Amino acid sequence: MRNPYRSQKIAFFFLFLATLLIVVPVGLIVIVIIQKGLPAISWQFLSDIPRQGMRSGGIFPAIIGTLYLVSGAIIFALPIGLLAAIYLSEYSKDNLLTRIIKLAIVNLAGVPSVVYGLFGLALFVVFLKFGVSILSGSLTLGIMILPVIITTSREALESVPQSFREVSLSLGASKWQTIRHIVLPNAIPGILTGTILGLGRAAGETAPILFTVAAFYLPQLPKSIFDQAMALPYHLYVISTQVPNVDEKIRYGTALVLLTLVLFMNLVAIVIRYKFRKKKKW
Amino acid sequence: MVNPVRNNKLAENAKMKDKNTISNGVKFAIKNLDIWFGTIHALKQVSMEIEANEILGAIGPSSSGKTTFLRMLNRLNDLSPNFRMNGEVKLENDNIKNIDAQFLRKRVGMVFALPLSLPLSIFDNVAYGVKMHGVKNKKLLQNKVEESLKEAYLWDEVKDRLNESAFKLSGGQQQRLCIARTLAVSPEVILFDEPCSGLDPISTAKVEDAMVKLKQKYTIVLVTNNVKQAARVSDRTAFFLNGELIELDKTELIFTGPKDKRTDGYIRGKFG
Repeated sequence: MRNPYRSQKIAFFFLFLATLLIVVPVGLIVIVIIQKGLPAISWQFLSDIPRQGMRSGGIFPAIIGTLYLVSGAIIFALPIGLLAAIYLSEYSKDNLLTRIIKLAIVNLAGVPSVVYGLFGLALFVVFLKFGVSILSGSLTLGIMILPVIITTSREALESVPQSFREVSLSLGASKWQTIRHIVLPNAIPGILTGTILGLGRAAGETAPILFTVAAFYLPQLPKSIFDQAMALPYHLYVISTQVPNVDEKIRYGTALVLLTLVLFMNLVAIVIRYKFRKKKKW
Repeated sequence: MVNPVRNNKLAENAKMKDKNTISNGVKFAIKNLDIWFGTIHALKQVSMEIEANEILGAIGPSSSGKTTFLRMLNRLNDLSPNFRMNGEVKLENDNIKNIDAQFLRKRVGMVFALPLSLPLSIFDNVAYGVKMHGVKNKKLLQNKVEESLKEAYLWDEVKDRLNESAFKLSGGQQQRLCIARTLAVSPEVILFDEPCSGLDPISTAKVEDAMVKLKQKYTIVLVTNNVKQAARVSDRTAFFLNGELIELDKTELIFTGPKDKRTDGYIRGKFG
């Protein structure tokens, strides 16, 4: 006879193994980067411009560049994405066209980032004549993360129970009041999750900024949004493959800074999300 | 089946009726109403009048159209994408199609089957509707909240914890909170959609008491699966079956000598 407890144990073992297979590589990557990168981290590394053909000095311009790009992308993508999500989930009628639009948006999230880079080059840099600039780069990154923000925000809005909407409407509130006071506040944690995913992607991608903003080497800080800028992921690519004889610890140090930056931005969003979840009274 | 204490209350309230009637006695006039959801014919040729300051009970087996009928009165059916209707529903001589849904729903409030508190504090739940209609004055809001909670017999139980989450209240308290929330926007008509289906007998009695007293100021339409509840609180009772209004008469007559065999069968529990 088969022992049901044994099959449960076997199933449990495989489930645990699968989890372990995910956790271990991620842990290893983080450990290696910290181990090799930490010796490079110093105040000078964080605050100085790159020197001697990027073989010494710091990465300050790249940090600032990435911060600019990510902020720009979010400022552009979050409002537009949120408004589009509100329209799609609350106002649009459920017909073939809307379903095609929703499907298209979901699929856009899977388009390779280099395609967004080419698109940004064609539209912002060349056609709109923004040039190779922070503006072009931010907009390109913004367009890249829009599908992620729209999809997650839409799911967050749709997960707010229909009964809350009915109650609000039955009290004589208008549709917009219902969205503003009942639906949105309850969807904010989910919307922030989308923003976190978008942030991480915008900060880490190299291809979209390659043609639209990134400078190979720029020893000063950008003065306006029409300037070129250095960015951490591209800088990492440059010192890893394009410049010979760069010390290993500088490369890993750069990776560590990029990782920490993304983690820190995520942390801010997670704290905000936590606060809203705590306020949520159900 | 018939509770003598409540019957006394009904008798008292009957005297009040003439004094407090707001309109000419007819609140809703419904003529040849047909409702479809897609291909489903949910209501068939319903014609009736709902008088001011009465409790109209609507009974019938599930999917008999009684909830559709109720949700018609504040146009909540409009939210369903494939809803269609024919015929006319008049609220005091105005066709409800011509009244802006927002204003109609302010005049015709609704209490749902489950105690659906909004994810807000007790205070904000009651103040929500009032705030949405543009009242910002704190003092005014406080007065309104207190008044409404008292009217729903909840004030004494919650007055010290108005800022707590509404979800901390028991089911019966939440349902009375929902009643208070509806009262706060000063409606003329209150629709109850099986308000006691999730409540214990004591909470049910409290909600029923509240309804009977509310009748003095408001017109009440009560949809219920509990035939005895209709017998206890309603002045007139309507029996729905398969989307048709089979019979509508004084509650005593419906429960003692219904004209239609099907009504008789349903209230005796032979089907449904």
